[in-house]
Amino acid sequence: MTRGVGVRSGMLGVCLVLVIVTTASAAPWRPTNDREVLDTLPSSLSDLRARELRAQHRALLANPRDLPAATTLARAYLLTSRTTGDPRYTGYAQSALAPWWSQPAPPPEVALLRAQIRQRTHAFDAALADLDRVVRMEPGRLDARTQRATIHTVRGDYAAADVDCTALAAAGATLPAALCAAGIMSMTGGLNAAYDTLLDAVTLSPGMDGAVAAWALTTLGEFASRQGDILSAEGHFRAALALAPDDQYLLMVFADHLLALGKADETVRLTRAHRRNDGLLLRHVLALQAAGHAADARRWATALRTRFAAAAARGDDAHRREEARFMLEIEQRPDAALVLARRNWQDQREPADLEILLRAARATGDTAALAEARAWMAQTGLEDVALRSLLR
Amino acid sequence: MTFPQPVAPILRTALAVLLLMAAGAAAAHKPSDSYLVLDLRPPAPTLRWDIALRDLDYALGLDLDQDLRLTWREVRMREAEIRQYATDRLVLAWDGACPLAPRDLLIERHSDGAYAVLDFVLGCAHSPHPLALDYRLFFDLDPQHKGLLRAHTAAGTRTAVLAADAPTVRLDVGVGSGGWRETFTQYFRLGVHHMWTGFDHMLFLVALLLPCVLERGAGGWQAARSLRGSLLDVARIVTAFTVAHSVTLALATAGVLELPARIVEPAIAASVALAAAHNLRPRLHAWRWQIAGAFGLLHGCGFAAVLGDLGLEAGSRALALGAFNLGIEAGQLLVVALFVGMVWHLRTQPFYRRIVLRVGSLATVVLALAWFGERALEVTW
Repeated sequence: MTRGVGVRSGMLGVCLVLVIVTTASAAPWRPTNDREVLDTLPSSLSDLRARELRAQHRALLANPRDLPAATTLARAYLLTSRTTGDPRYTGYAQSALAPWWSQPAPPPEVALLRAQIRQRTHAFDAALADLDRVVRMEPGRLDARTQRATIHTVRGDYAAADVDCTALAAAGATLPAALCAAGIMSMTGGLNAAYDTLLDAVTLSPGMDGAVAAWALTTLGEFASRQGDILSAEGHFRAALALAPDDQYLLMVFADHLLALGKADETVRLTRAHRRNDGLLLRHVLALQAAGHAADARRWATALRTRFAAAAARGDDAHRREEARFMLEIEQRPDAALVLARRNWQDQREPADLEILLRAARATGDTAALAEARAWMAQTGLEDVALRSLLR
Repeated sequence: MTFPQPVAPILRTALAVLLLMAAGAAAAHKPSDSYLVLDLRPPAPTLRWDIALRDLDYALGLDLDQDLRLTWREVRMREAEIRQYATDRLVLAWDGACPLAPRDLLIERHSDGAYAVLDFVLGCAHSPHPLALDYRLFFDLDPQHKGLLRAHTAAGTRTAVLAADAPTVRLDVGVGSGGWRETFTQYFRLGVHHMWTGFDHMLFLVALLLPCVLERGAGGWQAARSLRGSLLDVARIVTAFTVAHSVTLALATAGVLELPARIVEPAIAASVALAAAHNLRPRLHAWRWQIAGAFGLLHGCGFAAVLGDLGLEAGSRALALGAFNLGIEAGQLLVVALFVGMVWHLRTQPFYRRIVLRVGSLATVVLALAWFGERALEVTW
């Protein structure tokens, strides 16, 4: 009895101290040391190059209607945004296009860039409207066709994508046409043919641009992985990484490949330097979990949770696929995961989108979502060993 | 992402620690946002505005030595410029212009790095009409930038997202509008809230209640023998306090009694100091309920100031007053119940008499005197 009271009075004391301490100190602070470093600015090679664009941006704001300067700057910022995965650069690119941004019919150069920016924020319909207009005005514009085919393929509209791929082939653009056609074939029952077509195109196009080659190799790796050919997949991914070691999409795909093989430690090492990127941080946490580093996994899961909350607060919904996976595998909230996966499936129809939908549906026992996924696979002829095993 | 006012301090600190941990090692890649927290509750409406240092650097070029590291010196030297840049891009109107009077510039971490925290007092009085906000920060440099707004009003918390294509918002402050049910709940909540956050009222009550579970004997304090006696003691004190502050609250709200805040606020602080000091030298032990009543009159005037600041509409005044008072009583009852439940078991411990009663009372005296200095002599600690 006496001991119980002693413990209780001790706890009361602790509570009092806590209350006093916490009311005395608020979270923000005023530094006292002039030399204290508050923040480190992004310093990758691409970031440093982008820093030089700042003067151009300022000059442009003084003379905003300079079309060549505006499109050059927007293109440079979009490139930086892609290589670093930092969305702030996308905003700067949009700023360069400000005089034309709300016009229904901007110049084709602006429309193409606007479509890219809209695609990044998952405004697919608006992006397609821009591209449709450019293609109508200049049917021979291959960059517009390539971009439009990509969006149609991601959204699962293979017939519409095929129109552009055919136009690319007719114009003699061999490699873009092959990439375009392989993308469609791989989703419509011709995965093996798609792999062969793409492999031929890569072999027959020596001296192609490094970024294009990395993209082609990444796609080959994905095809091989869906065929269940782990060794070939790994070879393609590593070859792509040699060309583009910081490509964020490639890193994500490769991390998934390693995770599926149970190579958790290697995944941890691969993703450690890229924790700024939400998708790669997600894989980092999954790898930490799998490797048994529970404390680190919890710590980084907290960071990820904060980031998804921040995105939700601004009304951002471009990362539903990643967030669904976070809910399913880290938060253990399959219901929330299914809601996100379903909404994501309305936007995008790539194998990874179907995979998270299937896994969330299985975890919740949602037969409607399972039936929808099954019907889609039957209707399109989509091949993927991982998806097959999930449907079993 | 930051919760300056409404979240309990412990939770707030826990969140801050989590955020620090989250941000400490690797900042996220995230679109640019600023965070605005408006507190439109009395006494003084305030704004806290967190703006990313990285964005300020892009706009103003803070990194003077170009070493890609922002030091406190680089930020501090440009403090006035940063403030000017921000306030040029935010216009508030609340029954007329509402200029922003700057307070401190602080630093805070969010998931994507360090932020400048700009603190302002709003230079306009409370009004029952909506507050209009026009936000233009960074839209010229980054049209995807957003301002994420949380506004705490007497009627609850509202949020809004300010974007390049939707840069303005009208915040319905809520008080006095709507049906009687809404008015009642709003003011009831305000009353509870005020009791719980108005630290001085709570401390006054607690100081008076500390000795309720004890009695005076030959050798000083002893544990009370009967729970019934203690409860009766508590009931007398609480009732006297309640009746007294209800009377002055009603009189002051009706405009019959008018005491300026510069007298009431220091007097309340003094009452807390006296109540606590009395525990150290209990001369008037049997008179405590009368003391509670006498000082309760003062505290009622303090409660009235809260209502007065809200710009009550005449029609709903009586209802609002009743609801506010009931809210205060409910909050107070909760304090008392928790307190008595806790200390009844501790009263036989020497710890209770020596530490809780003596040290607790002494600490309260010190704190209350500090308040007194702050309020009467305008000393800032």
